[in-house]
Amino acid sequence: MSVIYFLIGVGVLVAGGFLFAFIWAVKSGQYDDDYTPSVRILFDNFKTDSQEPEKQNSDQPVNGKSKEMEKSNNNKS
Amino acid sequence: MAIEKFTYDNKIAKYFANATIVWGVVAFLVGLIAALELIFPAFSLNLQYITFGRLRPLHTNAAIFAFVGNGIFAAIYYSTPRLLKTPMFSKTLSLINFWGWQLIIVLAAVTLLAGFTTGKEYAELEWPVDILIAIVWVIFGWNLIGTMLQRRTKHIYVAIWFYIATFVTVAVLHIVNSIELPVSILKSYPVYAGVQDALVQWWYGHNAVAFFLTTPVLGLMYYFIPKAANRPVYSYKLSIIHFWSLIFLYIWAGPHHLLYSSTPDWAQALGVVFSIALIAPSWGGMINGLLTLRGAWDKVREDPVLKMFVVGVTAYGMSTFEGPLLSLKSVNAISHFTDWTIAHVHIGTLGWNGMLMFGMLYWLYPRFYKVKLYSKSWANTHFWLATLGMLFFAIPLYFAGFTQALMWKEFTAEGYLKYPNFLDTYLQIRPMHMFRAVGGVLYLTGAILMVINLIRTAQSGKFARFEEDEAMALEAKTVKEGWHRRLEGKPVMFTIFALIAILIGGIVEFVPMFLIKSNIPTIASVKPYSPLELQGRDIYIREGCYNCHSQMIRPFRSEVERYGEYSKAGENVYDHPFQWGSRRTGPDLAREGVKTGKIYKPDSWHYEHFVNPQKTNIQSIMPPYPWLARQDLNIESTPKKIRAMQSLGVPYPEGYDQQAIADLKAQAAQIAGGLRSAGIEVADQTEIIALIAYMQRLGTDISSGSQMVNK
Repeated sequence: MSVIYFLIGVGVLVAGGFLFAFIWAVKSGQYDDDYTPSVRILFDNFKTDSQEPEKQNSDQPVNGKSKEMEKSNNNKS
Repeated sequence: MAIEKFTYDNKIAKYFANATIVWGVVAFLVGLIAALELIFPAFSLNLQYITFGRLRPLHTNAAIFAFVGNGIFAAIYYSTPRLLKTPMFSKTLSLINFWGWQLIIVLAAVTLLAGFTTGKEYAELEWPVDILIAIVWVIFGWNLIGTMLQRRTKHIYVAIWFYIATFVTVAVLHIVNSIELPVSILKSYPVYAGVQDALVQWWYGHNAVAFFLTTPVLGLMYYFIPKAANRPVYSYKLSIIHFWSLIFLYIWAGPHHLLYSSTPDWAQALGVVFSIALIAPSWGGMINGLLTLRGAWDKVREDPVLKMFVVGVTAYGMSTFEGPLLSLKSVNAISHFTDWTIAHVHIGTLGWNGMLMFGMLYWLYPRFYKVKLYSKSWANTHFWLATLGMLFFAIPLYFAGFTQALMWKEFTAEGYLKYPNFLDTYLQIRPMHMFRAVGGVLYLTGAILMVINLIRTAQSGKFARFEEDEAMALEAKTVKEGWHRRLEGKPVMFTIFALIAILIGGIVEFVPMFLIKSNIPTIASVKPYSPLELQGRDIYIREGCYNCHSQMIRPFRSEVERYGEYSKAGENVYDHPFQWGSRRTGPDLAREGVKTGKIYKPDSWHYEHFVNPQKTNIQSIMPPYPWLARQDLNIESTPKKIRAMQSLGVPYPEGYDQQAIADLKAQAAQIAGGLRSAGIEVADQTEIIALIAYMQRLGTDISSGSQMVNK
């Protein structure tokens, strides 16, 4: 049955690795903002043939945030 | 910091998407043929390559690793660059990932049909393919993490975390479960035996579901549902919380596949506890996915992509509620070994995995080709075919599961089994299996409709391979550092790499040593297999008998009454691999050879039954195995196999490999002689003789009047 101790060891190692990743994520400020990332992914500024690049600069979080936040705040209320 | 321009390359994502479609159709088709074989054994056409025992592993491997596997790669290769604002790390690695994965799939199909299998569910591929999988997987991870390191967004979106967890954990699972000792180029024995092998196998098997069919698909969900609905995920906070709790809980739930088996009780209890706890993070994901569509349900009514996502996520919620339920011992007593399990996993694959893949494909192709989907109404038809197909599949199997389990357990007033003939309990559920096949036809039809729709879509546009994007550089980089220096700057990445390195090294070195010691039997009468029995066992594995026959009698009155003394852990100490099985389409075989037992059959019966099961019972659904009586056993491989077993700790006497062939021939002559005196003409060296020898050995070690020795 000793394999179970081995599996627990491997499990703890994996979980420990993820714990480490979690601590890193928190410490490095990954979760300081738990709203903007969800909105940011909606903005693509891919240049396709017909569109000019200048108009499409909504990718920056600050720019994108205000407009979209308004929209979704409206939805919430 | 300057704005940097860069280009996304859609080529690899498109390749993977194409492969998803092709292998999806193959997986569904093979599944349908397997389902038909269960109703009409004639569907195996008397060909040894397509019996149920060989098709079923092909079906599961194709569905998991080819269909869903390519699908998650498509999702990862499309979404990762866009989420991290950078092209993929390396085009070469991407190409190796793609072609390597397709090569693995083709090799899998060929070897599985040819009968090369390790006999461990969802890990059937033999050692050279296992090594290839490890290499391609590491290349994938290298590419993924390389992309992360050059990202232009500081924040790592939750989908990426799911992808990383997938890479790390699947690597560990695959390596640990695949440690095997090669005997020849396409044959190996796992280093684990019996209970040990069972624990490792289901630790792997359960986490294959968790980290191959769940986490990457959740990552896919967190990218494609917000994109398709054009609104942010319901709660980003919830996505973070449920991600971390999911990965911490999942890895411990494996033993719930072994409830009431001869694994230790405390391990079973551990598996149950974590399985119940898993409801919370699983439902966190489902709720988050569904509520992302709050206020957008009008879009769902219109858009086939969102419809598929909604049904997919709902199916995820249902199967992750059902899973913990099935992990309760009292429920498992009924559900295990029945069709209930099959229904459960298909809610997961047809519903959750299938629907999310279809939705993603319908979303991706118009974007690849910069056109509208060729036909929305076809996609809607596909949605209904898939949904109904899933329901037609699962609901009859739920009935079948209950029905068969209750029939197995029913006693008459006098205390005898009400249905002592196993076949009766199968015939009762045969109509439900027919419904299941109808469900399969519906699902396959829908998929074919999708193929035509997407081909037409592609034809109506032009593939937009490159898309330009721009973003700020993450930080002022000190230009062009070596990769290792950059790695050192990222403690997490470094840890992950270090972890993998340590695991591979550590595992390969100490596991075999460590395990062999504990394989010393606690039952003195349990002896290694004779050379002929060992060869017969390898044929049992080759033909995939474990796909329909279990070798694990649970300690219930109904099972002891039907099959004999319940199974003990110490009985399987020489079983590399264990063959407990997971579904009883046919009866349990753990005590098949016990002469005074409940299900004993003489050699001549076995011979007739293998050659033509319908001759023994006209209604039997076992396929005939006439080739076993024609093909010669590969006797020359015996000494090698004995030596392999010796190095795995099986106590054959020193130098026994030299004597093995003579012993094998003597035992074969004895069995064949017995058959001849019963009027059956058969040559000594045929495979069927070895298989009969194995059958007659099963369960005899502790039932021949010997005492248990508890150390």
